[in-house]
Amino acid sequence: MKHLKIDNLHVSIGDREILRGLSLDLPTGQVHAIMGPNGSGKSTLAKVIAGHPDYTVTSGDVLFDGESILEMEPDVRARKGIFLAFQYPSEIPGVTIANFLRAALQARLPEGEELEATEYYAKLYEKMDLLEMPRTFTSRPVNEGFSGGEKKRCEILQMAMLQPTFALLDETDSGLDIDALKIVSHGVNSLRGPDTGMLVITHYQRLLDYIVPDVVHVMVNGRIVESGTKELALKLEAEGYDWANEPEAEAVGA
Amino acid sequence: MNMATAPVSGVPLIEGALVEGHWPEWFVASRQRGWEDFQKLPAPAAKDEKWRFSNVRALSLDAFRYPGAVADAAALTARSTGLGESAARFVFGNNRLLSATAPAADLVAAGLVIMTLEEAATKHADLVQKHFMAQEAKLGSAKYAALHRSGPINGVFIRVPKNLEVAQPIEIFHWVEGESSAVFPHTLVVCERHSKATVVDCFRSADGAPAFACGVNDLVVEEGAKLNYVAVQQWSPSSVAFHLNSTIVGRDASCLGMQVNLGGKFVRNENYSRMVSEGARSDMLSVNIASDEQMIDQRTFQDHAKPNATSDLLYQNALTGKGRTVFSGVIRVEPGAHKTDAYQKVRNIVLSDDAEANSMPGLEIEADDVRCTHGATTAQIDDRELFYLEARGIRPDAARQLLVMGFFNTVLDRLPDARLRGHIEGLVEARLTSALRS
Ligand SMILES: Nc1ncnc2c1ncn2[C@@H]1O[C@H](COP(=O)(O)OP(=O)(O)OP(=O)(O)O)[C@@H](O)[C@H]1O
Ligand SMILES: [Mg+2]
Repeated sequence: MKHLKIDNLHVSIGDREILRGLSLDLPTGQVHAIMGPNGSGKSTLAKVIAGHPDYTVTSGDVLFDGESILEMEPDVRARKGIFLAFQYPSEIPGVTIANFLRAALQARLPEGEELEATEYYAKLYEKMDLLEMPRTFTSRPVNEGFSGGEKKRCEILQMAMLQPTFALLDETDSGLDIDALKIVSHGVNSLRGPDTGMLVITHYQRLLDYIVPDVVHVMVNGRIVESGTKELALKLEAEGYDWANEPEAEAVGA
Repeated sequence: MNMATAPVSGVPLIEGALVEGHWPEWFVASRQRGWEDFQKLPAPAAKDEKWRFSNVRALSLDAFRYPGAVADAAALTARSTGLGESAARFVFGNNRLLSATAPAADLVAAGLVIMTLEEAATKHADLVQKHFMAQEAKLGSAKYAALHRSGPINGVFIRVPKNLEVAQPIEIFHWVEGESSAVFPHTLVVCERHSKATVVDCFRSADGAPAFACGVNDLVVEEGAKLNYVAVQQWSPSSVAFHLNSTIVGRDASCLGMQVNLGGKFVRNENYSRMVSEGARSDMLSVNIASDEQMIDQRTFQDHAKPNATSDLLYQNALTGKGRTVFSGVIRVEPGAHKTDAYQKVRNIVLSDDAEANSMPGLEIEADDVRCTHGATTAQIDDRELFYLEARGIRPDAARQLLVMGFFNTVLDRLPDARLRGHIEGLVEARLTSALRS
């Protein structure tokens, strides 16, 4: 079992502190959900773990199986096994999905070794079928002109191809219609297993009916204020976050 | 075939050419006129609008010479690898024919003519005389067009007869070899009514020596015909090169021309397209990489003489190091050329602080009811896109390369032939790899 451990993490952008002492332990084999109001810092957490250059970690640590990854470049982290499904995926003009994923897989091979094209396409088609994506997508530029739902599907396709150890899914359910939600959830579930840990950021308990989490965390104002079982998500759905916004609200372990 | 007779070498350019081979009288006279014009015409001045932002000091020709024959014709022929399969392949080195693979017998029987310009100047004197440099060089390099005319020109004459479709591309290689050698490649293509062909010119240096190339191509596309023409310029990084183009597009005919500049130190392209009849279409495309201290200077002219014609220009530059590019383009719509549809776009991606891209789009419209758009953009690599690629494990160098190739794909996608596209893409990608490292 491997662990992705966030240890008392403080993160700022400019003068503003966004993550204010956040701790979390995600082991492989588990799915953790994070819910929290807009602006509470969920995407910031995901991007900091992935190595986004805009954010400054002022204290605390992010440990991949005991090793700090904060000094590592984003591409190094990714090759180690971290994957971020973006809330707002970028459009990459002129770079087709096929070329893009080939480059990503090629980067994981030892120097001098070439990706085997037939195997690559077989795997790509298999994953596209799983996500019910038409094959014509392979020759389309990444995310360019994609609908909101297609972008999210494309993120999960990438995850399926790259098979990360720890996947951070940032609002992958937003923009999906109910059929797409089922398909994408099915895709995500097929990647669950003893060697993969997932952190699922969402606003909707609905997603958690499909991707059933082991732990639900509530994040407010840059901190985890409560963690619990999936019933916690139902409570949030019913009551909102008001109860957690109390200035004295304490972090309570599950 | 008329081959070189007395090798001439070491004669400085500025003393005028002594020419080998057997050329008809009209051609010799034209050469003489070229030499006189070259001497008469003033050298470009920095303040001349047609040379704005250029580097006229790069144009000293004192050091260059008419070269002798290449050392090893067979070796250069062997290095002339391109598309693999082609309808015909001609290889020239230092202005001399090194080898020729003639088209298949059925194409010849159907009337396809592909031969050296030297041979064609006699055998197809009418056609060659009619079209050879028939358009005046209007975009600033008349002096160098005259020099070309005066020089030991060599190259290919292609006549695609009426209704013939040549499926495979015709490949032409021009090599330059040796210190300060000067070459004068010329390609003259006449696509007769409703014919189709693809012609690829490959300009290469046999070594890293500084060279001077003064090339011209004349493309004539008659009614209903379709011509694709690609020039891939890979002269050595210390070379000075001109490539002056004139394209004439007839009724319902179309020409797709693409300039790919990967080499040279100072490169000047002038691309002139004239829509002489209704329904004509010219696609003017270019992919350029300027690195180190390279300057790529391009002037274009979309000349709409008749109504209902289309021209669509897309030039894209990637700049690194102290690379510089100049784009100056004019869309001209002559009186009466109503319903013209003309589009002109230059896009630059600047990858270093010291690189400089200059863009000067322009319009001269003397007709009503026309649709003309032009624009120039200059951007850097988008940090969000770069992070997106890195977040997938792609190393920063490879990510940058992928993004710039993505940028170029917009142009490369316009090539109609997948094999040709793949070939050009490979050359661009290899050049980009070295440019990003330097
Ligand atoms: N690059 C940035 N520049 C300035 N402010 C930022 C930046 N990134 C995040 N912030 C701010 O940090 C706070 C947290 O943003 P974040 O995107 O992490 O929230 P979130 O919890 O993901 O919200 P949502 O549920 O709306 O997606 C917000 O107030 C946001 O404006
Ligand atoms: Mg967010």
